[in-house]
Amino acid sequence: MHHGIQYGGVVSKLRVMSDFAVEALNIVRTFKDGEVRALDDVTLHVPRSEVFGLLGPNGSGKTTMIRILSTIMAPTSGTATVNGFDVVKHPDEVRRSIGLAGQYATVDENLTGYENLRMIGSLNHLEKKFVISRARELLEQFGLADAANRTCKTYSGGMRRRLDLAAALVANPPLLFLDEPTTGLDPQSRQDLWAIIETLVEGGTSVLLTTQYLEEADRLCKQLVVLDHGKIIAEGTSQQLKTSLGNTVLSLSFTSTADATRGAALLEGISSKPANVDGTVVELTVEQGPSSAADALRRIDIAEITLAGLTLREPSLDDVFLSLTGHKAEEALLFSTDDAPKGGRTRKARS
Amino acid sequence: MSLASAPTALPIRAKKGSLRWAISDVLTIARRDILALVRIPSSLVFALLQPVMFVLLFRYVFGGAIPIPGVQYVNYLIPGILVQTTIFGAVGTAIGLAEDLQRGLIERFRALPMARMAVLGGRTVSDLARNVIVLMIITVVGIGVGFRPHGSIVAYVQACLLALLFAYCLSWGFAFVGLAAPNSETAQAMTFPLIFPITFASSIFVPITKMPSWLQGFATYQPVSETTKAVRGLMSGTPHGDATWISLAWALGAILVLAPLAISKYRKAA
Repeated sequence: MHHGIQYGGVVSKLRVMSDFAVEALNIVRTFKDGEVRALDDVTLHVPRSEVFGLLGPNGSGKTTMIRILSTIMAPTSGTATVNGFDVVKHPDEVRRSIGLAGQYATVDENLTGYENLRMIGSLNHLEKKFVISRARELLEQFGLADAANRTCKTYSGGMRRRLDLAAALVANPPLLFLDEPTTGLDPQSRQDLWAIIETLVEGGTSVLLTTQYLEEADRLCKQLVVLDHGKIIAEGTSQQLKTSLGNTVLSLSFTSTADATRGAALLEGISSKPANVDGTVVELTVEQGPSSAADALRRIDIAEITLAGLTLREPSLDDVFLSLTGHKAEEALLFSTDDAPKGGRTRKARS
Repeated sequence: MSLASAPTALPIRAKKGSLRWAISDVLTIARRDILALVRIPSSLVFALLQPVMFVLLFRYVFGGAIPIPGVQYVNYLIPGILVQTTIFGAVGTAIGLAEDLQRGLIERFRALPMARMAVLGGRTVSDLARNVIVLMIITVVGIGVGFRPHGSIVAYVQACLLALLFAYCLSWGFAFVGLAAPNSETAQAMTFPLIFPITFASSIFVPITKMPSWLQGFATYQPVSETTKAVRGLMSGTPHGDATWISLAWALGAILVLAPLAISKYRKAA
């Protein structure tokens, strides 16, 4: 069955009916002749008109997925349709129906903000008159009107990101790929960008967002998958992911790391999962908060260890990530390589 | 249309896949590269610095030691320098593309519905434009140091066009290098072993007859010498055999081989 909808003036007889903005089936992508498996059998169904999150540390395969879906790179195996178009067979139709903005704000430094948007509009083959008014409108909406005629060299990190997102929106695509859109931004710029994304989704745009910030996924994403080493290790709503972990996190802080280690050993059996020791803090996920806390206090008291503090809290996505992967999202950064191997090419982060 | 408006069909300029789109994409990219050239005048200054140094070096330092029978050395030198300058200028294609790749701009372009060859086409066209400016300035500098072309103005323009065309065709090879290099510094370094043998083991600075016999065969028939012979002949108004046609053939042959190579590299690079 075919849609009669037009994107970019192309009657879409190449389109297949799909309830999803993105349907990726069993995507595998290897590098270095199969030595590195950046994506290992990943299947995604991104619904329309909401933010879908791809969560994972650097090197987990998020960027590779975005590159495949935006036709920059072909999958080694598997198939994907974006807005109903196959990414390998009909890349031009895919390109006409997506916007891409990334962690490296790829604006041209030597052009002004206005010129950057004009260039992208022109490369999308949009009518000049339309591009001019669209560029002005976007600069206004993104708070860049005053800086419109300054070269982007003079822009701050947050301004570059906003311009990058504006560029992705020039052709008004129904689907946006946002690859770590707030990485390296200050809290205020991050909030601003989140607000923009929420407005877009309210207007019907679908968004596939990658992030390594659990807070960001929690705030924006209705559904998400967690990637680690190219594999999906969990999926669902952020609420489902948190509930699957257990109801409550019991956090005990000790006065020394030695005490924390001893304490963790004493607490064995209270949680079905092993305790997480981080410095002087020991954390357990438990079913029954209050009774587990009482049990823990009893054991610590008998051993005559002094406790610095005790809290019970709802699990965060950080806890989910830790329990799924055995390492913290931020820690994983230290051990992983670049998200997508590019033959030693180094890229400057612009922020 | 507001930020949050539902996606709808947008006004599109021309039909999909048409030549008009490809040309428009090339011009859009060329415009962007030329704007960068205008906004960073230092890049043009650097593009001029090297050829001016070569002019001064060979005119006043080495020139006296290079006797050319029946010709003043400055009249022998400047046409050669013009050829060398355009070739060195074409190296800019490698550096520019490597920079774009490094900054992630190429990746953004690859996700746009634009003509596949437009990024390379636009870059080579803007580098050609820069070469035109450099050629005019070096001509003025040459005349300043005593260069007197004895051919007609038309022949002079023809000679310049030939040099520009030859360099333009080579720039597609440098585009390949730029896309293959990990960064712009390496891209530049990678071009040296390519351009040094063809520009120095040629008739640009010295007559080939003064070279060792093992080198003379290469130096005589390689494309830069043929182009130099044609450019020099046209500028001085002296006969130069089939050199013009031979260098045209080299140029066209080069672009027919190098452009597909570079475009295929572009499709894979990211």
